[in-house]
Amino acid sequence: MILATLQHLGQRGMQVFERLGRASILLSRIFGGIHTLVPRFSLFIHQIHSVGVLSLVIIVVSGVFVGMVLGLQGYNTLVDFGAEESLGVVVSLSLVRELGPVVSALLFAGRAGSALTAEIGLMKATEQLSAMEMMAVDPVHRVLAPRFFAGLFSMPLLAAIFSAVGVLGGFFVGVGLLGVDDGAYWSQMQAKVDLYDDIMNGVIKSIAFGWVVTWIAVFEGYDAVPTSEGVSRATTRTVVYSSLAVLGLDFILTALMFGD
Amino acid sequence: MTTRTTEIWVGIFVAAGLASLFMLAMKVSNLSAFSGDEGYTIYARFEDASGLKVRSPVTMGGVRIGRVTDIRFDPQQLVAMVTMRIEKQYDTLPVDSSASIYTAGLLGEKYIGLEPGAGGGCEDADLEAELEAELGGGGPADAGAAADAADCQSGYLREGSVIKLTQDSLVLEKLIGQFVSQFLTSKEEGGGDAAPQGAAQ
Repeated sequence: MILATLQHLGQRGMQVFERLGRASILLSRIFGGIHTLVPRFSLFIHQIHSVGVLSLVIIVVSGVFVGMVLGLQGYNTLVDFGAEESLGVVVSLSLVRELGPVVSALLFAGRAGSALTAEIGLMKATEQLSAMEMMAVDPVHRVLAPRFFAGLFSMPLLAAIFSAVGVLGGFFVGVGLLGVDDGAYWSQMQAKVDLYDDIMNGVIKSIAFGWVVTWIAVFEGYDAVPTSEGVSRATTRTVVYSSLAVLGLDFILTALMFGD
Repeated sequence: MTTRTTEIWVGIFVAAGLASLFMLAMKVSNLSAFSGDEGYTIYARFEDASGLKVRSPVTMGGVRIGRVTDIRFDPQQLVAMVTMRIEKQYDTLPVDSSASIYTAGLLGEKYIGLEPGAGGGCEDADLEAELEAELGGGGPADAGAAADAADCQSGYLREGSVIKLTQDSLVLEKLIGQFVSQFLTSKEEGGGDAAPQGAAQ
């Protein structure tokens, strides 16, 4: 009984490490195909369109609303201390450091990651990937690499758009509706937000999240069981794993960047 | 969707992303030169301008009439030189207005409060000229000296004017330090007074 449980546990552990190993091999193959990106640059552009441009609407809309909520909540708290001029600092620091990279990565996982997995999984299920191999075209270079690099490239841009739009949303609520002085909103922000410590760290975070989310999405699609059920499971796993990975990685990165 | 439209959309996306990054960076580096508001520039020297920031409001009677555009150290006179941009419609501020640095709220940000003088303070023109000569005058002060004569004719602050009467920002540590040192000296004196009395008894 105990031995059976232990064996089961060991089996699961082996499976996890096996998948991790396969994912790492896939990642190294994708990076091995980085040189094929240049002659097939239009593929890369098309993937940026499907991964980045089509995520733009959800990112902008949620950015505006997150910024507006931050403005409202921040104002209600700060006004008790007579420090509502610091609203800009509250809104911009929370967005640039945390919410911009994290929330946009979560949205990105839901919007683009799931689509990537489903697309690649379906290509596998309908044996398009095998057909490519038959024609001596490496599907990792032809299909996966452009998608991975497009995600890696789009994520920081999406996070930056999210933060910028959110700051404007906070500005709209704080200055437009609640009557915070607009110069104070910007001047306090400019005084407290540092280019390197805050903005660059936010960009680094979003690059890391983009890496993790697209890696998981591409791997789950490539590794999916080639049936309709397998593809649906892989899509679910992509969203769950990448959300968990983003939140966990965020803690580690925050501890490294800001926790000294 | 044709390749062309896809490429255009990607171009828009990349441009928007870079513009957002640029905007985030601009907020920090105070490169906000795009505030191309019309107005005129005046100067004021403060011995202590701590807490004042670029883009801090300049108010008169509690109403914002301009912004601080530059704060720098004047190495000749060893004081802080504050440049303010006043909105164009407020062009009737008396020359002998005074500038003070106040704090909004208990922990709020610093701002400059202008208080109007008696108006047409040109009877002091000679005194001001003397003062100017005595101080020696730095870069902007020279421009200010030239503008002073014109000021006295119009009686209003204008482009390049320098506000003479200034009051520094209150620094809590200094205030507490003064209070403590005063308290200690008065106590010492009190103790000194008490001792002879004790001896007399």
